[in-house]
Formats: sequence, C-alpha cells, structure tokens
Amino acid sequence: MPSLGADMESGVLLEWLVEPGAQVHRGDIVAVVDTDKAEIEIESFEDGTIDDLMEPGARVPVGERIATITVDPTSGSQPDPAPVPAPTPAQPVKSVVPTPTPAPSPPAPVAAAPRVVLPHHERPRVSPLARRAAEARHVDLTHLEGTGYDHAIVLADVERADADSRIPTTEPATSALAGAAAPDGHAATMREATAALMARSKREIPHFSVETTIDLANAMAWLESHNAGRPAAERVLPAALLLAATARAARDVPELNAHFEGGRVKPATAVHVGVAIALRGGGLIAPAILDADRSSVDETMERLRDVATRAKRGVMRASEMTQATITVTNLGDRGADKVLGVIYPPQVAIVGLGAIRDRVTAVDGMIAVRPSVIATVAADHRVTDGHQASRFLAALDHHLQTPELF
Amino acid sequence: MTTSATELRAAIASVLADIAPEIDLGAIDASGNLRDEIDLDSLDALRLIEGLESRLGVTIPEADHATVGSLDDLVAYLARRSAEQPTGYDRRDDESADTR
Repeated sequence: MPSLGADMESGVLLEWLVEPGAQVHRGDIVAVVDTDKAEIEIESFEDGTIDDLMEPGARVPVGERIATITVDPTSGSQPDPAPVPAPTPAQPVKSVVPTPTPAPSPPAPVAAAPRVVLPHHERPRVSPLARRAAEARHVDLTHLEGTGYDHAIVLADVERADADSRIPTTEPATSALAGAAAPDGHAATMREATAALMARSKREIPHFSVETTIDLANAMAWLESHNAGRPAAERVLPAALLLAATARAARDVPELNAHFEGGRVKPATAVHVGVAIALRGGGLIAPAILDADRSSVDETMERLRDVATRAKRGVMRASEMTQATITVTNLGDRGADKVLGVIYPPQVAIVGLGAIRDRVTAVDGMIAVRPSVIATVAADHRVTDGHQASRFLAALDHHLQTPELF
Repeated sequence: MTTSATELRAAIASVLADIAPEIDLGAIDASGNLRDEIDLDSLDALRLIEGLESRLGVTIPEADHATVGSLDDLVAYLARRSAEQPTGYDRRDDESADTR
C-alpha cells in the first residue's frame, strides 16, 4: 500500500483493474484505493508481471504488500529480476513519496487471493466510481466501451454515455448525481485528514512569509489576445498563467522547490506544482501538476482543468497525490486580496495568490490603475530564509511580465 | 432558431449537474449573482460556458462574461444569442471585446 500523502496511514483497496499474471508497465493504472481524501488510482512503478493480488475490500496499512510485480528480465530497464513488492515507503507513516525503486523482498505467499483468471473482455471492468455513477444515472454498462486501463470503464465513460443519452430538454439528474460526487461521510474524514496534516505543519515547521504586489497589466493583455476568437473549451484562465509562472520561478530558485525529511533538505529534481483545490461541500485537496515548469500556458490550462475536474469527482492518481514539490493556493477571482498559506509537509514552501484586482499604483512616476495580484510565499525557516523567498517572488514577477516566452 | 426560456433553464441545469450536482436551480435567487449563488470558481464558470456553447451551439465571447451576472441575465442572454446566431463560432464577436 503506497503512501498517498503525508496524512495517510492506511487505505482501503477497492478494486484491481488488472488480472493476476497481467503484464503491466510503469504508469499503468492497476488498482483503485480509497483514502480518507479521495478514490485514488494507483499506478505501477515498474514494468513486469503483476501477481499475488490482495483481495479487495480490506483496510491496509501503508507499507503492507498488496501485490508483487516480477520485473521482466528481458526488458533491460531493471537488472534485478527478483519479485518486488508494491512500492513501499521506507518509513511507512512519515514518508510521503513512495520510493520509486522499492527494496526487493521475497514473494512471501500471502493469504491466497482467489486466482480466478477471467479471459480478457469476458466481463467489463468497471471502476467503483463509474459503477456508482452508472447505477445513479441508469446507464447500462454492458454496451459501454471503456477508455481506462485495458479498456476498463471509468467515470468519464459513464458520463459520456449519460450525456449522449440526454438531450437539453430532459430533466437534469441533479439529485441522483449528488451521491457520486460527494460520498456521505467523506467530507468529515477529509477534514480530519487535512486537520492532522496542517496541525503537524504548524507544529513542526517554523513558517515565515514575504509578499509582493505584482503588476499584471502585461499578463492580462496577453491573455486577452490569447483568448480572443477561441471557444470556451480552448480559453486560458489567469490561474493557469499564474501557475505556469510559479513553476518557472520554482525552477529559478530551487531552494524553495524541495522536501524536508528526516532532518535534511532534499532538493527536488523536477518541478511538480501542487494546486490547492477547494471541493464543493467542504474539503481541500492539493494534487500536483507534474513537470509544470515545462508546460506551455495552454498545456498548463488543460492539465489544471483535468486535475480540478477529477479532484471534484474524487478520483486522483497516486503520482499526483505524492509528488508535489511546492504548492500554490490561489483564491481566484472572487477571493480575498491576500493569502498566507500553510506548508504541506514535507514541502518547504507554499505560494499564495489573492484575487486579481485593479489597484492604484505608480508607473513611471505617474499614478495609474492596473490589474495586480498580491503574491506571498510562506517558507520553512529551517531550510531557507527571506532572501531566497524574495528572489522567488522577483522571479515570479519577472515571468509574469513576459508570458509570451512560456 | 429560437429556444424557450424553459428549455434554456433546463439546458443550464443539465450542464450544472456535472459541475455543481447538489444545486437545485429552482431554489436559488434567479436575480442574484449566479456564481455567488451556487459558488462557482473560475474553472467551474468556464466549464459552464463551455457546456452551454456545445449544448446550444452558441458562442459566448469572454468579453460578455462580465455582463451576465444572474441566472435571469444568463437565460435572457442565451435566448438572444441563440436567436441571432444559430450555430458555429463567430470570430466577429471578439473584435468588439472591450479592454479586460
């Protein structure tokens, strides 16, 4: 059971999306786990043959083996052909990032999971969320084509089928949907998980913060011309531009793009920006946009839209939940002027962005009214100080003046 | 092509069912600010516009967003758009976009 966040101690294995003996590749979605925060799709960390699948349904502590993946000796990517456990963090509770190359252990026989190997495609494979949504919306799963791993039917397929069957004049299935989007009791456990993590952050991390007001006249003008003539589906929101600029600033000032674990700083080797997303009905989730510093503004928007949509449905991927190297909290256009965030352990900084507003400012010795944002960064004083944090905000400002270079 | 207000409200409700499933449009203040009434962030609002564009075959330029505040405004706006602009995206709209 991989650790899917610093606040996770155990998870409920909901479903396998692969059969015992199946060939899996690094990044394939193999299982769905319910944490206190969301249903999370677990990706394989290896190429190989998966086996010894634990029976779904049980609550499993982080670190316990749920399957073995035998690395294919001919693949060449892994010299060690020994069976390996599912990714296991070295310190099950404290560690956040599952070790990418877990320590090999012998494939100890576990209480035998039923080895019923069904021929592929004999029955449709359906994710739990998709099944729930299908029941709520009376969608027949037998004729659906799945787009998930190995043609598994996922929530998006059900929604597509449902949307196709619905015409604008039919009654909306509002009440039926509520169950799928916000499972009862999830909000409360999510609040507890967030509470534990934030309390730990405030207890352990000596926060300090700096702030600056960034002129967004260039950025907003660029965005307006970028969006002109585009249908809504292709438009970019200011949030995506701010996110792309933040990722580039994190690359420029790597002191803030790191983890602090076991009393030591571990600089990150990539920029994975966590995005704090408020969920309807309460709760907060901060999945990461991976390699955000290398995404164009359009790509960033697409990924932000994807991750936010899935977050609100409660289905995330393990890699998104564990790999953030810095987080952004953006209050959005209806938000307050300024936010000082609380760092997500084991990260060392969180960037806070208030609402973009027109403000009176001095430009070339004259008074002007320009759109601007108050940007803050709260950082871990064990790791960094005001000088680096100021450099970070200066870099953010610099990138936001030249969005055409992204 | 004209579309009745009832049909337009049903279309809005149908698009919102995916974005804000717990919302009952009949229970909100139709003259209040829609985004405040049903707590839509900027991504939600964009998804609503996107859903309406594809469902109704109208275009809703970014410059018009600020002019549409309430549910009543939105229904009236969509009725006007669907009457004057049957289908397809019309780039002419964006030339009249005001600054910001």
